[in-house]
Amino acid sequence: MATETIVRRPGKVGVRTAPGPRPRKDPGRVLRLYVPLGLYLIFTLVPFYWMIVFALRPTGSTAPVPWPITFEHFETVWNDIGYAVFFRNSVVVGVLSLLFTTVVALMGGYALARFRFRGRTVFMVALLCTQFIPGAMMLIPLFTIFRGLGLINSLWSLVIADTVFNLPLSIILMSGFVAAVPFQVEEAAMVDGCTRVRAFFAVVLPQLRPGLIAVGSFAFIHTWNNFLFALMFISKQANFTIPVGLSYTIGEYSADFGALAAGGVVAAVPVVCVFAVIQRYLVHGISAGAVKG
Amino acid sequence: MAFARTAAARGRPRALRWAPYLLISPTVLLITVFLVYPIGSVLYYSLQHYNLTKPWSNGFAGLANFREMLFEDPLFWTSLGFTAKWVVVEIALQLVLGLALALIVNESFIGRGLARSMVFSPWAVSGVLTTGIWILLYNPTTGIVRYLGAPEAAVLGNPDTVFGAVVVTELWRGVPFFAILLLAGLQGIPGELYEAAAVDGAGRARRFLHVTLPHLRDAIVLATLLRSVWEFNNVDLIYTLTGGGPAQVTTTLPLYVAQRAIDSKDFGYGSALTTAGFLILLFCSLLYLRLSRFGADHKA
Repeated sequence: MATETIVRRPGKVGVRTAPGPRPRKDPGRVLRLYVPLGLYLIFTLVPFYWMIVFALRPTGSTAPVPWPITFEHFETVWNDIGYAVFFRNSVVVGVLSLLFTTVVALMGGYALARFRFRGRTVFMVALLCTQFIPGAMMLIPLFTIFRGLGLINSLWSLVIADTVFNLPLSIILMSGFVAAVPFQVEEAAMVDGCTRVRAFFAVVLPQLRPGLIAVGSFAFIHTWNNFLFALMFISKQANFTIPVGLSYTIGEYSADFGALAAGGVVAAVPVVCVFAVIQRYLVHGISAGAVKG
Repeated sequence: MAFARTAAARGRPRALRWAPYLLISPTVLLITVFLVYPIGSVLYYSLQHYNLTKPWSNGFAGLANFREMLFEDPLFWTSLGFTAKWVVVEIALQLVLGLALALIVNESFIGRGLARSMVFSPWAVSGVLTTGIWILLYNPTTGIVRYLGAPEAAVLGNPDTVFGAVVVTELWRGVPFFAILLLAGLQGIPGELYEAAAVDGAGRARRFLHVTLPHLRDAIVLATLLRSVWEFNNVDLIYTLTGGGPAQVTTTLPLYVAQRAIDSKDFGYGSALTTAGFLILLFCSLLYLRLSRFGADHKA
């Protein structure tokens, strides 16, 4: 490749540009782009569709469409199997973990973005290293810790464990958002007589809205989806979360696919909603701790 | 980053010296208590007989757990072998499909945002829910597999088909994640490079080989490493989809640990297995980073 023809303008590096040819009449494009994309969409969406079909059609029906529609399966899982309780527990754990993760990550992210302090690099590296710690392998020691704290069968064990596992990536993600707010904004407020703390709450925090939404949503999804901690720490059915309840539905109602599918829809709805909110931060957010870390 | 402009550079007040430490203290505390200390305690438990269901025999074990693991437990070796196969197959397929998917949704076309949302959506789905969804597809009487000419017998109950079934299920959820990581890398490649390469007469294949791949190198190395660790530790899906069966042919090492911990409450032996898993993972990660010369300047 002839490098002398490449003019790298610093201002434009990193600009989001779709490489390759601009959209134009090109028969090759159909084969190269739309056919594989279509096939992949089928692979992605058919499983969702199949679940919805099972959830909405009457027991015994084999029609590939959800007709006639019935909500009997939802009544079964919500009232009889106890998804109303599981759902409430998952919401409690998810929201508390979201709040703790966001607040602690905001503090840590602000420190990383705004201060150069001794131990900063060690702290960064330690955060990245936690990505290699397997949750499954922490089951035994965490169980003994929570037993010592008297938190076995308590939702607090899940709030704490999920917050801890959410934190490292959330801090790295948040520090990126803080660094993107120009320091001059804060400085100007301080020149006007604000303390640094007041300046933060008055001018920085409002600009961090997207960061707070992204970090909070990631934390909520991870917590909502966590299965192993809930399976290990909670044995009382009244404190089951949605993934544990769903796993029992998979095991015990394996003949009742309608109930399984309806339980799946109940489990999916909140994450789908949150996913819709954060999908524009998805690429940046997920890669923040990985590629750009 | 605005370090040069922070108070630090201009002789900050004393109060600000400890401000960053105050800010990171909750994180440090939480990580120390709930991540660092547990790792230490795993090492300690691995040298103990510690079984919740047999409290009378608990006590110091020396290396007995490790001896049992290495010489008397064939399931340790078969689970380790299956873990290696699982990670390699899953990551290779996720890399190829994820890269293809990332390249496709990086093109500009009408409806790209919607297409991205849809193909990325399984990322947000939990392992348990993935199992729930795919059980509906794999079911031999009402599942969708019967339209695809699958055998009458249950796909998941047959040792010959179960591996393929689990791999495809995890691809459904794993490829989007991989594609997201690689798409971030693709977006960092300046468009001018492609234009310049095109001016020089490079075709599509050559642009991919000489512009895209070299720029994605670090993203690919890191994505494959992170995803390998993740797939190594991926217990939710296999635990609920096959339970490690039939006849333990889909038991990974972490799944085996979870079974020993959750089902038989054998914490001493489970900790020995965990320690082995940690060491293997650490060794493989370092070896991989070394071999791939991650972060080295390979523009030459």
